[in-house]
Amino acid sequence: MRVPILRLGRVLLTSLPADLTDQQVMDLQIDALALIQAGKADGLVIDITAADVVDSYMARILSETAKMVTIMGGVAVLAGMQPAVALTLVEMGRGMIDMETAFDLEGGVAKVARLVASRGGRHDEVPIA
Amino acid sequence: MTKSRSPDRSASEPAVGTETHAVVEIRVQNDILLARQASRKAAAALGFGTVDQTRLATIVSELTRNALTYAGGGACRVLTRLTAQERCIVIEVEDQGPGIADVTGALARGYSTGGGVGLGLAAVHKLMDDMTIETRPGRTLVRTGMTRRR
Ligand SMILES: Nc1ncnc2c1ncn2[C@@H]1O[C@H](COP(=O)(O)OP(=O)(O)OP(=O)(O)O)[C@@H](O)[C@H]1O
Ligand SMILES: [Mg+2]
Repeated sequence: MRVPILRLGRVLLTSLPADLTDQQVMDLQIDALALIQAGKADGLVIDITAADVVDSYMARILSETAKMVTIMGGVAVLAGMQPAVALTLVEMGRGMIDMETAFDLEGGVAKVARLVASRGGRHDEVPIA
Repeated sequence: MTKSRSPDRSASEPAVGTETHAVVEIRVQNDILLARQASRKAAAALGFGTVDQTRLATIVSELTRNALTYAGGGACRVLTRLTAQERCIVIEVEDQGPGIADVTGALARGYSTGGGVGLGLAAVHKLMDDMTIETRPGRTLVRTGMTRRR
C-alpha cells in the first residue's frame, strides 16, 4: 500500500505510518517528486510523528528526497520526530538526517511557506505593490 | 570484532537460561518489519525503556536488511535472558549468503559494496553493548546484545 499524500494549497502533506517497508519509502519519494514536478505544489512536509524506527535506509531516502525537492526549486521539511528516534539517529552518527526539520506538522507547513516565500516561489513573481 | 563493556558476560556466548523469544524468517521486506516488532515486544516485556526499544528495533532493521540485500534472506532470532542482576536481549541474524569479505572494513562508516552508505553495521556497533560477527562463504552470523541492570 502506498502512503497517501494530501495537498493543502501549494504544500504536500504526508503522515508516515508506524512501520513502513523500504519500497513504501521509495514509492513516497517517487509520488512526491512527481506531484512537485507536475506543478501541484512547491513544498512537502513529511510528518513522522508515528514512525518509531528511522534506520539508515529511511534516513537516507528522506534526506535524498529533500535534496531532490530542493534542487527542483522546492522545499521539504521533516516534522514531528519522536525523541527516542532522534536520540537513536544522533547516536548512529553525524549526518544521518540532512534536511529541514520542524517540531510538528503545523510547524512544518509554516516552515515550508516561509522558505518558499523567501525564495520567491515557483514563478518568482514580482510582488504587486 | 567484539565490543564488550563486560567481557565476562559477553553476548557472544549465549548463557544458560537464555530464552528464545522469537524467530523471524527474513525472505521479503515485510519480514524486516516483523523482526523489528518482535524485538521491540521482547524489549518491552523485559522492561526496557522506549529509547532502548527504539535502538533495538533500529539495529534489527539494519541487520535483517543486510541479510536480505546481501544474502537474499536469513533468519533473525530474538533471545532474552533474565538473571537476578540483569536483563539482556541478544539479537542473532544469520544468513547463508556469500559472507562478508572484509569484516573490519564493513564495520567502518562509509564502507559499502551494495549501493548503501555503509552506516548499518557501524550503527549496530554504536547502539549495542557488544557485537560479534562470524562470517565465511555460505554463512554469516551477527550476534549483538544489550544488557541493563534490573
Ligand atoms: N549479511 C551480509 N552478507 C554479506 N555481506 C554483508 C552482510 N552484511 C553486510 N555486508 C557487507 O558489509 C558492508 C557494510 O554493511 P553496512 O550495513 O554497514 O552498510 P551498507 O549495507 O552497505 O549500507 P547501509 O546499511 O548504510 O544502507 C556491505 O556493503 C556489504 O558489503
Ligand atoms: Mg546495511
